[in-house]
Amino acid sequence: MEGGGSDGSDLDNLKATELKLGLPGTGEQEKLPSILPRSSKRAILEANEGPSKRNSSEIKSVERDQKPAAKAQIVGWPPIQSYRKNSYQAMKMEAEPTGMYVKVSMDGVPYLRKIDLKVYKGYEELREALEDMFKCFSLGEISRMNESNGYEYAITYEDKDGDWMLVGDVPWEMFISSCKRMRIMKGDEARGLGSTP
Amino acid sequence: MAIKKKKELDTEEKSPENRILSFPDEVLERVLIFVKCHKDRSAVSLVCRDWYNAERWSRTHVFIGNCYSVSPEMVARRFPNIRSVTLKGKPRFYDFNLVPPNWGADLHPWLVVFASAYPFLEEFRLKRMTVTDESLDFLARSFPEFKALSLVSCDGFSTDGLASIATYCRNLTELDIQESGIDDLGGSWLSCFPDSFTSLEALNFANLHSEVNFDALERLVARCKSLKVLKVNKHVTLEQIRRLLVRSPQLTELGTGSFSQDQKLRSDADLESAFSNCKNFNTLSGLWEVSSVYLPALYPVCANLTFLNLSYTALQSTELAKLLQNCPLLRRLWVLDTVEDKGLEAVASSCHLLEELRVFPADPFDQEVIMEGGGSGVTESGFVAVSEGCPNLHYVLYFCRQMTNAAVATVVRNCPNFTHFRLCIMNMCQPDYLTNEPMDEAFGSVVKTCSKLQRLAVSGLLTDRAFEYIGTYAKNLETLSVAFAGSSDRGMQCVLEGCPKLRKLEIRDCPFGNAALLSGLERYESMRSLWMSACNLTMNGCQLLARKMPRLNVEVIKEDESDDMHAEKVYVYRSVAGPRRDAPPFVLTL
Repeated sequence: MEGGGSDGSDLDNLKATELKLGLPGTGEQEKLPSILPRSSKRAILEANEGPSKRNSSEIKSVERDQKPAAKAQIVGWPPIQSYRKNSYQAMKMEAEPTGMYVKVSMDGVPYLRKIDLKVYKGYEELREALEDMFKCFSLGEISRMNESNGYEYAITYEDKDGDWMLVGDVPWEMFISSCKRMRIMKGDEARGLGSTP
Repeated sequence: MAIKKKKELDTEEKSPENRILSFPDEVLERVLIFVKCHKDRSAVSLVCRDWYNAERWSRTHVFIGNCYSVSPEMVARRFPNIRSVTLKGKPRFYDFNLVPPNWGADLHPWLVVFASAYPFLEEFRLKRMTVTDESLDFLARSFPEFKALSLVSCDGFSTDGLASIATYCRNLTELDIQESGIDDLGGSWLSCFPDSFTSLEALNFANLHSEVNFDALERLVARCKSLKVLKVNKHVTLEQIRRLLVRSPQLTELGTGSFSQDQKLRSDADLESAFSNCKNFNTLSGLWEVSSVYLPALYPVCANLTFLNLSYTALQSTELAKLLQNCPLLRRLWVLDTVEDKGLEAVASSCHLLEELRVFPADPFDQEVIMEGGGSGVTESGFVAVSEGCPNLHYVLYFCRQMTNAAVATVVRNCPNFTHFRLCIMNMCQPDYLTNEPMDEAFGSVVKTCSKLQRLAVSGLLTDRAFEYIGTYAKNLETLSVAFAGSSDRGMQCVLEGCPKLRKLEIRDCPFGNAALLSGLERYESMRSLWMSACNLTMNGCQLLARKMPRLNVEVIKEDESDDMHAEKVYVYRSVAGPRRDAPPFVLTL
């Protein structure tokens, strides 16, 4: 920067008309960074009022005291592009427990599968999907929901109370909200479940 | 013919001056064809008038880092034979919503001039430009030889614009619309590629929101035998990917769609065999909603992978570890912080050739995260672990919630060759969490140790000392990003005085005022741009700068602020085109 006198006085004039946050006469102190954004529109994290020097540990303790109050978001921070932010939000929503993943085991099969019950519209789709998933193992058709006579396998589920029930008795919505996991049972075992008391 | 001429000249002329004087222009132009880098070409053009002319006639690719630094007419006048244009528009902080919409950087005026100046134009590579459907339609109809369109972080267009490109660009080889904000009016644009169209080599629509017509996509992939790059969006299922791979085993870069449970998937073995048939993969991305049960299908293609982008995949550390065991040649890795420090330790043990690491936060706005050992995401120990296992690391982008000065010092001791060091401690103004001191020493050690450093982004609690270090040691620094840092004008002054190669300086929410701004008077003409927002600048200070430096555009963005004296957002850049003629009402050119 040129050291000419005219520049110096321009700058001095500027300084004289400057609006500052601090009290008069405190301009020259070394201050810790002001975290008070100037714009009134943006969220205010922590008022850094007055010229008093604060060391970092004081700031940290103040932050901790204020933690219970929800920190409002600052525009553009952290610096992540919008398309990425949108993806992460979508990911979060999908990962939430509102996705109804339940384990499905099948007698005689060494490993389990996991399915999202929310994906299916009803029992028919569910049955088709399970048949598809386990078709290399099943030696016969998986039974229709409400009958277990004459079929090799039956689909059962464990409900919220821990009881094993035959799939298909209750309305679909009730089923998906109470189903904890499923088991494709061999026919002879299943017959006991299907018989009406 | 030209070569013979040169030999005759060499034997005839004895004195060096004569030899240069009678060097035919055509020969010089032929030689200059091999000079590709635009910085080298700039240097060539400054040697003398003859070389300036030879250079301008032989240049086929022009790079314009700031669309307002020059006008399209000036470009057309100087360079008559351009085939490829790279154009960048809005300031980078536009990506973080700090620049209001409708700010500018419209492509259209450039298209209008170039349509008559360069009718044989083949490529447009655009970043942060506003591109409308009308512009895309105009482009598609105006340039019959058009081959490659790359739109990174652009907005203003919809899938209708893409339909125009597909319909009219008969020689298209590349269509890449990554990271762009597109108005989705449905996926039928893909069907607009005529059946006779077979030239496509690269297609990237990974960030498009709507489904595309899969049949059209499958037929397109099947008939484009030169297709090397295919990056689909998350609506494409696993089974559909399998079918696409069967049609295009020659792919080198794949961005998958959703990698999760798919009822229609014939069998896992089929998926694996489809992947095994692809012997040439070097890049893998996408992998939205991954079910770890399908990850092993990828193992066959991992052996030659050099770039793995898992930044949309919420992997856990064990899943990542297993995957990376198959990727010994990896050079670039992008992950989410769901992999945690343990995942980064796996990186360190499997990927010794790693050069670039980017760790993105899965939950950037989670205010409830408690640190001190119980937090989620990655910490300083993951960072140190990677530096220990990957000595070639030179590019890092690291989002974390805690860091220490000692850890950063260790990292750069292990990896002294950093060219790009971008550390984002997400809690603002956070000190070293162990010592409670500012993070000045961390960045001090970075600039002292990494003499090749070109790009630096700082964060955490920082005083002017950090900037003193930067000004003293970062002699190769070209780009600096600063947020919520510094104590006084001195910080910014140190950087402006000390970093001779500085080209881009972007600052937000720092206590730098007019004195700091004006201390850079001599610097701004050798820089591309300066951005300062939410600092302590006033209109007076900006006006003074504008008055003293007439070849700079000093623009203030005023978004109905009540405080008329304060300059909330300031953008300063050199220009030979004069003040903007298309500035919206909220952009004041001083």
